[in-house]
Parts: sequence; structure tokens; C-alpha cells
Amino acid sequence: MTTVINKIDIDNLKSRTLKDSFYKGLVIVLSLVTISPIVLIIYELIAKGIKQISFDFILKTPPNSYEAMTALNAGEIIPGGIANGITGTLIMVIMASVFAIPIGVVAGIYLYENPGKFLANFTRNVSDILQGVPSIVLGLIAYIWVVKNITNGYSALAGSVSLAIMMLPMIVRSTEETLKMIPISIKEAALALGVPYYKVIIKILIPTGFSGLLTGILLGISRVLGETAPLMLTALGSTMINLDITKPTSAIPLLIWEFYNDPNMVGLIWSSSLLLMIMVLTLNIVSKQIAARTK
Amino acid sequence: MSNAISSLFAGFKKSPLGDLGGLGFKGLSSDKITKAVLLLSSFIILLVAGGMVYSLVEGAIPAFKEFGVGFIFSNNWNPTSGSENYGALPFIAGTIITSVLALLISFPLSFSASLFLGEYYRGTKMAKVLGMMVDLLAGIPSIVYGLWAFYVLRPFLISLGLPNQGFGVFTASIILAIMIIPYATSLSNEIIAMVPNELKEAAYSLGATKSEVIINVTIPSARSGIIAGYILSFGRALGETMAVTMIIGNSNVVPDGLFSTGNTMASVIANQFGEADGLKLSSLIAIGLLLFLLTGIINAIGKFIIKRWPKIIRFYFQNRI
Repeated sequence: MTTVINKIDIDNLKSRTLKDSFYKGLVIVLSLVTISPIVLIIYELIAKGIKQISFDFILKTPPNSYEAMTALNAGEIIPGGIANGITGTLIMVIMASVFAIPIGVVAGIYLYENPGKFLANFTRNVSDILQGVPSIVLGLIAYIWVVKNITNGYSALAGSVSLAIMMLPMIVRSTEETLKMIPISIKEAALALGVPYYKVIIKILIPTGFSGLLTGILLGISRVLGETAPLMLTALGSTMINLDITKPTSAIPLLIWEFYNDPNMVGLIWSSSLLLMIMVLTLNIVSKQIAARTK
Repeated sequence: MSNAISSLFAGFKKSPLGDLGGLGFKGLSSDKITKAVLLLSSFIILLVAGGMVYSLVEGAIPAFKEFGVGFIFSNNWNPTSGSENYGALPFIAGTIITSVLALLISFPLSFSASLFLGEYYRGTKMAKVLGMMVDLLAGIPSIVYGLWAFYVLRPFLISLGLPNQGFGVFTASIILAIMIIPYATSLSNEIIAMVPNELKEAAYSLGATKSEVIINVTIPSARSGIIAGYILSFGRALGETMAVTMIIGNSNVVPDGLFSTGNTMASVIANQFGEADGLKLSSLIAIGLLLFLLTGIINAIGKFIIKRWPKIIRFYFQNRI
């Protein structure tokens, strides 16, 4: 504390309080600047995107460039929607979840059950490194593994593999951290009664930590929902609704990228982005609500 | 405490009673299967990570064979067939310049916001609203940031007199700075909030003002955690793809100024990948490998420092960072 006393000029109360107010004002102003982008972005999306949103927008596939141009020249709303993107996103996210959730949760349980072991520490560090890998690199990996060697062409499967690798480390660590918060006595009670190990996991650990696990999973999903870069290298995109996982498939972010690159279709970017953001934010809010309720 | 459980198990297994009777035997074998399944999932993660490194290295070998280590230091990117030549320097430079600039731009903003949340208005409704809005930033997809940068930020910067139609390193850094604000803010906020109240109260009781407490007590005692938070945010910025691709101008040269166009490692992969095969594909994979190494090192440093703050690690993994 002596350093603090030395640094504080006791005699100059007036200039000190002035300085204090100045810092406070600066923090408030800069904080307001910090949140201004979110306000501007959401305003932009709603102002430009809302007029395009309708049932057609969810149920129909995008127009071709010529149709869009005709509508554009006539001053009408561009017809069609992003149904192919919605189905593609759902297929890929569901497949990615099917790959990532079981492995991630079980690996999280392994880390929790073997805290001091070398292999567990090693896995934890590797999983942390995986979490920091840029999504575009995961796209490259899925391209090498799936596009080149399994489906011999761009496919929804490749897209979902890249998304799964992205989700995996998040689920592993959120599972481990959630389980750490469960009182050990619950588990000990079950073990003392002679409950087999697998039943302890299925009937005690997973149900007790369920809301925490769900939060981690939902946040993982919301993070991959808006990913564009890895899908550009793996799923590529398609103009029609495609349910074959070995064929190129579209996704909402991929459609936004296509619309952005086509001057006739540019009118569709805001509504697509609005829809995508509503999906991501809903998942985000739901998972944070679950987290808040359990804390 | 979990150690106690493992040792309980060990005791159970080694105990002569454990092998007695049908019940004990049955329990033991299902335990073994369970443990094997747990172990297997951990192996899958190691396999995925090992496979990633292997595939990246294998894919990058043709490029490194052709250009040697010079690949990293060459600034010549020429896809014309016949005189093909690839070097990663423009993209490494672009990545580091944009990310450092983004960190510099976002620091005053995100740090102020974290002081707002963790010190000035801690626990108030205002802080809740601000915190929620900062969190919302994390939920916006990269491509939406790109659209906003292209259609809103860029015209605004052009009106301020920015050259190159508003494309370039500077614009990309601004959008990157906005994208890392939520990570930087929430990490520093959590760390600031963990500084013991006793320390601050001692300074207050000596007559220190709020700003003096923050500067002389809070920041020094949270310093390492704050630095780690910004290192991790920097790691995020390095790998951002879409928003940067849409705004940086995509010219394959080392940026020669703040407002020059350029390209980053992630964005060159995204926009050159479509037409790539052979040596070009291998060069792009090599850039992917370098990016993987760069982000891996940065994240490892950040996590090494943040290990001193165990609560932060939990926070870090429950908040989509």
C-alpha cells in the first residue's frame, strides 16, 4: 500500500476529484461508443431486411438472377426465398451435432473423471488448441478428409464435419466445467450403494449437469450456425433444396455470400442476415437463460 | 475431490472383495467397458487433432518442397501457369498488421466497457444492459459484420476521405476490432471483478478516489489476466475470415501503409480456394498450416498466463469464446 500512498497527492483534493470525474466520463463515453456498432448493425438489418420477410421467404428457393433483375427493374420486392439455405443449414448443423455431441460429452466426462492423469491433461490441452483453430482451417481439413477422399466432391457431409470439429472442443470443455460444479457427495452416495459406473454417469452425472451441458451444446450450435468460411470450402452451395448429404448443399450464410456477389440479388442479403441473426440470437438467449437459471 | 473418487475406485478394484461373487464381477466388467468408452472418446479427440496436423503438413509438403522455407519470406504471388510462384509473406504481414491494429483500436473501447461493467456500475441495471449488448456482438455472424462493413462503414470512411474506395487494412482493422470487443470486454470484466474487495477498500480508506483505486490497485493486481484476455482476443482476430475478405481489398501484396489494400492468411484461402489445384492448392494449405501454428502459439501463450485464474477458465468455456 505504501506505493499507493506515495502516488496519491493528498493535498490536491480538487484536482483529484476533477481527474476522477474525467476518467469516469471517459469510461462512460467510450463504453457508449463500444455498444454503438451493435445498435447500428441491428438497425440496419431490420430497416433493410424486414420488408422482404414473409412465408414465401422461408418456403421458396431463391429466384435466378434474371427474375431478380426483372423484379428489381420493376421496383418490386425480389420473389422467392432461402428455403434451400434453411434446409441445408438444418441438415449440416444436425449432422454436426450428431457427430460432436456424443464424443464431446463423453470426452468431457473422461476429463472430469481423470483429473490428474497425463492423458487427460494432454487431451484437455489438445482440445483447447482445437478450440482456437480458425474456422477456415477447419474448412481446409474437411476438404482434404471428406471432399477429396469420401464424397469425391463438395458435400453437406464435408460441411458438417468441419462444423463438428468446431463444436467438439466447446462441448468437451463445457461438459467438464459443468460436471466440476456437481457436488461430489451425490456421486459418492450412488457409488456407495454399489451402482455400476455407467449408471452413475447416465443416471447421476448427466441428469444433474443436464442444463449446463445443454447450455454448452446450444452455444456450440449457435456458434457454428453463422459460419460461412468453412462451408465455402466444403458444402459449396446449391440453388435447389438438396437433401442428399453427398451432394453440394447450400446454407443460409452461403446464400448471403452468393447474394452479395450478384448485383441483382443484393436485395436479399439483409433479410437473409436478419433471419440468420434471429436464429443465432434466439439460441444464444435461450442457452444463457438456461445457464442463468441453474447458477 | 475427484481424486478421492478415483482412489475409491482403485480401492474397489484392488480389493479382494471386488472379485467375489457374481455381482462384483458383473459390476467390474461393465466398469471396464465404461472406462474404455471414456478413454476412446478422448482418443478420438487426439486422433482428430493429430489427423489435422498430419493432413495439413502432408498437403503443404509440395509447396515447401518447391519453394523451401523461402515460401514464408517471399512476397511473390503469381498463379499464372508456367511461371507459378507462391509466397506467404503478403498474407502473414496482412494478418499480423490487421490483428495488431484491431487490438489497438479495440483496447480503449473494450477496456472502458469492462471498467463500466466491473467497477463503475458493477451490479446495476445499466451494467446489465451494457453487458447484454456487448454479448450480442458475439452473436453476430462474421458475414453480417462483412456486409455492414461494406455497406455502412465503408461509405462512411469514404466520406471522411479514405482512399481505395474505402477498402483496405484500416477498414478491416476497424471491423476486426468490433468483432473482438465482446471477447476482450467479457474476459477483462471477469478478471477485474475478481480483484479482492479488501484491496480496493484499503485504498478507499486511505482516501483514494475511484480512478486512483482503478489505476493503482485494480489494474496492477489484474494485469496478467487482462493481458492474457487480450492475447486470446488477438488469437481470435488472426483467424477471422469473411468480414476481412469482404473489406480488405484482396490484393496479394505486403500492405505499404495504413490505408493500403492487402490480404490476410484466412482471406486468401477463402477467395483463392475456388480455382485452386496442384501447387496453388498446396500453397493455400501451407498458409493454412502457418495460420494454424500462429493461432496455436498465441492461444497457448494466452492460456498459459490465464492458468493463474482458474475461475476465468471456467467462464471462458461457458461463454462461447
